[in-house]
Amino acid sequence: MPVFDLATTELRALNQALHALDKSGVPEDFEITNPRGAHAVAVGIDAPVNVTINGSVGYYCAGMNEQATVTVNGNAGPGVAENMMSGKVVIKGDASQYAGATAHGGLLVIEGNASSRCGISMKGVDIVVKGNIGHMSAFMAQSGNLVVLGDAGDALGDSLYEARLFVRGTVKSLGADCEKKEMRAEHIDLLTKLLADAGITDVKPEEFTRYGSARTLYNFSVDNFDAY
Amino acid sequence: MCGIVGLFLKDKSLEPQLGALLSEMLVTMTDRGPDSAGIAIYGADQNDLVKLTIQSPEPETDFAGLTEDLRKAGIKNASILPKNTHAVITVSSDQIDATRSALEDLRPNVRVMGTGTAMEIYKEVGLPKDVLERFKISDMSGTHGIGHTRMATESAVTTLGAHPFSTGSDQCLVHNGSLSNHNNLRRELTREGIRLETQNDSEVAAAYLTGEMAKGKNLGEALTSALDDLDGFFTFVVGTKSGFGVVRDPIACKPAVMAETDAYVAFGSEYRALVNLPGIEDAKVWEPEPATVYFWEH
Repeated sequence: MPVFDLATTELRALNQALHALDKSGVPEDFEITNPRGAHAVAVGIDAPVNVTINGSVGYYCAGMNEQATVTVNGNAGPGVAENMMSGKVVIKGDASQYAGATAHGGLLVIEGNASSRCGISMKGVDIVVKGNIGHMSAFMAQSGNLVVLGDAGDALGDSLYEARLFVRGTVKSLGADCEKKEMRAEHIDLLTKLLADAGITDVKPEEFTRYGSARTLYNFSVDNFDAY
Repeated sequence: MCGIVGLFLKDKSLEPQLGALLSEMLVTMTDRGPDSAGIAIYGADQNDLVKLTIQSPEPETDFAGLTEDLRKAGIKNASILPKNTHAVITVSSDQIDATRSALEDLRPNVRVMGTGTAMEIYKEVGLPKDVLERFKISDMSGTHGIGHTRMATESAVTTLGAHPFSTGSDQCLVHNGSLSNHNNLRRELTREGIRLETQNDSEVAAAYLTGEMAKGKNLGEALTSALDDLDGFFTFVVGTKSGFGVVRDPIACKPAVMAETDAYVAFGSEYRALVNLPGIEDAKVWEPEPATVYFWEH
């Protein structure tokens, strides 16, 4: 198993080794030690590789990920899994601002709390947060699912498009054009699958409330001027 | 961008290492702010004595014979300890104002960076590593300190534009962000009689807190008022003689990570700044909440 100790190895050597992997191969698992808050750890992977990072990472860890499963045994800095396309990213600790921003696909699991702007402009990713999320989460979120087992901060889902938001705890406030929605059978099925994918077995889908777009800000209307 | 760090020691046995620990934290933040760097350190309080940290663009000329000249001007017992472009003048606490005005007459090029019974401030243009070495910061001991690496946005890259800013005795502030109502506030604070030296937005924040504390608020209360009265982006780390405070604006774009153990409370713009602190593996590490005041007192 390739082991990269970032206390003694250049970050670029690690990322180049990951980029050199065969897209359709079955690579060996990678282990990364001593990340010590480094930026851009394991970004831009496009191979079905398992990467385990032992320690906390800085900005943009696992950004643009395709296919890979990246697990961080620590906390993640801003922009974790930003623009992920597919694969899975698991953060065992907390994540900082804009986790999963603009991500198109794959699954992001944050086992601790996520801070502000979680899932901002998400475009198809599934995000499951076991703890709480901060303010302005899912701002302008376009598609995909955000599942929060804890509470959400201010202005959840502001200017939301078609992403689905499921919150188990309280929501401090909803953003413009975001509203509470009915949980239908299809949503229970969807949540059941997302919770299972995230390895969560002790929480029932019925405990969540769904939020989505009221679709009143899609087209400019002068009556909505104050909401812009 | 800018990088900020802070370290507030709870365990006295770490005090001899304060300068070294803070230096390491600050150098790690070089790529957030390579323009200039500065540090404020709170050392031992000396009975009835006050320190003025001064700076000169021509230290050889300005610091030569300064003690003598101050004594002639009536500042008895003045002593001076030059450190590169800065010097620490120690005088009796009742002579602080007299010393300031004597300096204005005797050495018009000299700037007072800060005053206080415990605080010393060192800041210069240049890479953080070089700035710290010039002042031998890593040899300094103390109870708490804050530091800043600057990537300038609101005013020129000069020594006076570097952080920390000190606008009151033993008070200092470092700022990551930019304020949008600083011009108005500067006029109001000037009218209240608070002295500002630069056109920098962060100095206005420091002066605002000085003004609030002068009205009798403690550091925590002053920081709470700042959330109402300051407009713009900010993560502030603030020091007073016995206190250490952190506050972020409600939008909280500017990054912040904190760590606490039985031995210290530490602040960094990024987790990278904290990784060499003793016992960081087992520290409580968290991101300070937006619009929430955190402060600690000795």
